[in-house]
Amino acid sequence: MTDLPTTTTRRLGLVIDLDTCVGCHACAVSCKEWNDGGAAGPLPDSNDAKPDGVWFNRVHSYEVEREGTFSTLNFPRSCLHCEDAACVTVCPTGASFKRAADGIVLVDEDKCIGCKLCSWACPYGAREYSESRGVMQKCTLCVDRIDNPSLAEADRVPACVASCPADARHFGDLSDPDSAVSKLVAEREGVDLMPELGYKPTNKYLPPRQVPPPSQSALPEATPDWLDQVFGR
Amino acid sequence: MSKLSKLERFADAPGDTMKTTTCYMCACRCGIRVWLKDGKVRYIQGNPDHPVNKGVICAKGSAGIKHLYSPARLTQPLRRVGPRGSGQFETITWEQALQQAEDWLRPIRERDPNKLAFFTGRDQSQALTGWWASQFGTHNYAAHGGFCSVNMAAGGIYSIGGSFWEFGEPDWEHSQLLMLFGVAEDHDSNPLKIGLARMKQRGAKVVSVNPVRTGYSAIADQWVPVRPGTDGLLILALLHELLRAGKIDLQFLSRYTNAIWLVIDDEDHPDHGLFARDSDGRPLCFDTATGAVASAMNVDVQGALKGRHALDDGTKVVPVMQLIVTRYLDPKYAPAAVADRVGLTAQAIEQLAADLAEVAFEQTIEIETEWVDWAGRKHDRFVGRPVSFHAMRGISAHANGFQTCRALHLLQMVLGAVDCPGGYRYKPPFPKPIPPHPKPGRSTGPNSPSSGPPLGFPQGPEDLLVDEDDQPLRIDKAFSWDYPLAAHGLMHLVIRNAWAGDPYPIDTLMMFMANMSWNSAMNTTETIDMLTDTDANGDYKIPHIIYTDAFASEMTEYADLVLPDTTYLERHDAISLLDRPIGDADGAGDSIRQPVVPPLGQSRPFQDVLLEIGSRLGLPGMVDEAGNAKYPGGYPDYIVNHERAPGIGTLAGWRGADGDKSGRGEVNPKQLSHYVDNGCFWYGELEENQRYFKMANRDYLNWAKEMGFIAAAEQIILQLYSEPLAKFVRAADGRGDHLAPASHRQRIKQYLDPLPDWTAPFGWDEESIEDYPLSAITQRPMHMYHSWGGHNTWLRQLTSRNVLYVHHQTAADLGLDDGAMAWIESINGRVKVRIQCMQGVSPNTVWTWNAIGKKKGAWRMSKDSPEANEGFLLNHLIGEMLPDKQWGNADPVTGQAAWYDLRVRLRPVGDDEQGAIK
Repeated sequence: MTDLPTTTTRRLGLVIDLDTCVGCHACAVSCKEWNDGGAAGPLPDSNDAKPDGVWFNRVHSYEVEREGTFSTLNFPRSCLHCEDAACVTVCPTGASFKRAADGIVLVDEDKCIGCKLCSWACPYGAREYSESRGVMQKCTLCVDRIDNPSLAEADRVPACVASCPADARHFGDLSDPDSAVSKLVAEREGVDLMPELGYKPTNKYLPPRQVPPPSQSALPEATPDWLDQVFGR
Repeated sequence: MSKLSKLERFADAPGDTMKTTTCYMCACRCGIRVWLKDGKVRYIQGNPDHPVNKGVICAKGSAGIKHLYSPARLTQPLRRVGPRGSGQFETITWEQALQQAEDWLRPIRERDPNKLAFFTGRDQSQALTGWWASQFGTHNYAAHGGFCSVNMAAGGIYSIGGSFWEFGEPDWEHSQLLMLFGVAEDHDSNPLKIGLARMKQRGAKVVSVNPVRTGYSAIADQWVPVRPGTDGLLILALLHELLRAGKIDLQFLSRYTNAIWLVIDDEDHPDHGLFARDSDGRPLCFDTATGAVASAMNVDVQGALKGRHALDDGTKVVPVMQLIVTRYLDPKYAPAAVADRVGLTAQAIEQLAADLAEVAFEQTIEIETEWVDWAGRKHDRFVGRPVSFHAMRGISAHANGFQTCRALHLLQMVLGAVDCPGGYRYKPPFPKPIPPHPKPGRSTGPNSPSSGPPLGFPQGPEDLLVDEDDQPLRIDKAFSWDYPLAAHGLMHLVIRNAWAGDPYPIDTLMMFMANMSWNSAMNTTETIDMLTDTDANGDYKIPHIIYTDAFASEMTEYADLVLPDTTYLERHDAISLLDRPIGDADGAGDSIRQPVVPPLGQSRPFQDVLLEIGSRLGLPGMVDEAGNAKYPGGYPDYIVNHERAPGIGTLAGWRGADGDKSGRGEVNPKQLSHYVDNGCFWYGELEENQRYFKMANRDYLNWAKEMGFIAAAEQIILQLYSEPLAKFVRAADGRGDHLAPASHRQRIKQYLDPLPDWTAPFGWDEESIEDYPLSAITQRPMHMYHSWGGHNTWLRQLTSRNVLYVHHQTAADLGLDDGAMAWIESINGRVKVRIQCMQGVSPNTVWTWNAIGKKKGAWRMSKDSPEANEGFLLNHLIGEMLPDKQWGNADPVTGQAAWYDLRVRLRPVGDDEQGAIK
């Protein structure tokens, strides 16, 4: 019902490193703070007895099993700015749209009627409905930061990327094979989330690295005279 | 109109004003930039120039905005009008509040200053508060270290003259193997996350020894699920393996430690167990070059590491290293002998030892920088063993924690991995001389200041704070025979002891930012009873309680006088080198806070209030000769103008009339503006040749002396064998001038071993292990660690209820389904909880998030909040005393609260016992 651009000049997105994400929620709260007072805000909070609210970015921790071995995985989840964004095509009013210049998916709240079709269409759970405002809200990749000339150049990245203490979040143009993020994805064999669904997400996840196996043998016995050595001070 | 409706460029700055300051959402002291819009905080970002956080900011830091504007803020002084705990207060003016405090405190100081117990919690101004206590003349002062991590601090300070966190850090750029012991979600927050990511990106290996696999343990390359309280035994088994294989850096030990020093090993000698010394007091060694005993301080000595020797008078002596070899090669430390107890296989322990040896001795790294050692000898490179360690509360918060921390430092030393490339590295002003200074001060009587700072480091029995009958002088019994090296005091026993009048009753308890009626109390329910208990006359057993906090915590309602503090965004502060500095291994640093917004309501910075109370009382150093306030400008006035010694003040940067001196220099009236201009911090970077082997690096030691960090530029010799501990054992052996009382001799001999040993936590006998087979521990989620922010609107959306995490198999064995309700029971009580099964927990351990459960109505949260209805505290199950009620549930060396010694059992909730969590 709403058209996607046939092509986008750039494909801006996030590369999230699951090898170093410690699940600290720094990205989530920094996102909440920036966007609550920014162009996409406010991000309302519900009442005291039911602590919840609108978050563009949430972090989950799972235990995963692979070949009988368990590990704990911290998994940040936000809009993946899909190339084939069903949340846009399903939108009856044109409120959801994808920018032709950089591929960022946004919601024009003036056109949003709060029908929630987009949140049903998104398989990643990336959209959050604001009960109090009656509109759908979502990650904007911090459009009010990334090309904002009043910010220092180093700050022109999404708030989640700027805050991350574990260097687990990277931002850039994934359509450019020479960009730092594209190289990182190539080097670390980054993956799409649920590629079988066909939405072609822009964001990529870097899998945890394989662990080198510990040594297999115990230490050999010392020679009897090992403690005879003498050293100066 | 939606701002996202068109493709316009966004050009708005985050605010109209930006001010730098220092975060205080936890204890890490990151640098922040605070953006203001129309006078309100709009956005807080990390300061990229700051040495602590290098631009990043954690969840707590970003949530600071909700801290400032929290509904729980206290905004007016309050005086209790109903019974304690009723929450009935009247609002009063500051003049009335200060007059009330003065009326209570003045007669105390005139009669017996120790009737004031002044204990601060998450206090980052201990250089001020400790000084205030000593000027008042009470030695009953401490901050929260006694129930946090005094074992970590003291164990390190007495062994290597430093410790982890503020004291030192792994060499993030060069370490190839990092072992974390008992590091939960923080300690320290951002630097650890930055460093772990850096190590993983370099392909270095991270091993986490921890019963729970969350947070840092989740990203570790290897998870070692040790049983809580047995880390010390694991470490000694690793040591056993390294000794068995001779994988020991004997050159490092000879150069930098007391390995060659001779210990008197002669039961008939009055100084048995102490170092053999010459007539000048210098320790001796056996010089293999001459075949005779010589001063171990001689530059050219070739000290023997092994053997048994004799002094000229026939006294039998033995090198420290020989004692170590003899002790730890005992088969009782073999991996197979300890495996069951620590919950690992012998093979796993052997592999860990082999990995440590492989990296330390086969992957040696070199940094080609010329440097000069303490004796003036030139070296053309720093040679390093790239294994490093970091440890925190998981090994600290046990009754055997002090010795476990000592054991870890012993392990670092035998690997030669202290302040070398790739190893653990000191952060200036550390290392400090060993044994450390100062000694704890004591009260000198009415209307007089104490003899010194209230907290310190005893070097032997002569430094204890006990009376002629060996009874404790301090209300918390710190520095007594009960807890001789209680370097941070025992805040966890203050309320109990004051209530019981043991060793004596007090008049006023003054506390700051410490939730001692709730999640910071052991035995929460009875602690509340103690706070509200009355004598035969109906008077409270603790007569007066003055409490200062920015928020209406659970503690507030038990106070008689409540003084509203500001948040960190509304005041000046100093993060001082005299207290807990912010530097890193490559430089020293300190920092300030500046107010970025005015105080909310009538709230006032606690430090200003403390100085005003001090000047009203006429405390020395707080009034001038005419009796007027010496620091009328409050805390910022004090920060700039107070000198601890000539030229040494609260802040090290921009000293001197022109602001061109660092460390030492005259008072500079413009000092704070220099700090503000530099992002509110000062950082003095070390030269390349000063950065390693600081304990024996001449250029570093000279600089440290110049800065005022150490008194003399002399080598700091690391202490494998601890003579201060040996002096206590000697006293317990009935030798020397200060004998231990008979009641304490066995305890002292068992726990103050001069070589670290592992002892089972109190009450871990076979019968109780059978009755209570599981260990129970807590941690705080990363987004709340060390924070005062459980009420924070955003952070509580992330965690507002807690469950008990149980291993799948353990739950199955007990017939408990995932999500079932269960009783968790200890010898002290029981709590009804919901369980959640997981794999990433040792099967012998259960755990939960701490400090999520809140008292109904506290923090001005709805009575329907999940925190009050679906949260619980394990504190109810933890005694502040051992069952005999004689000793605290604490480390017998330092008094550290033994939170994690808790043993429990689980029982399904019966059909007739359903209902809400209690």
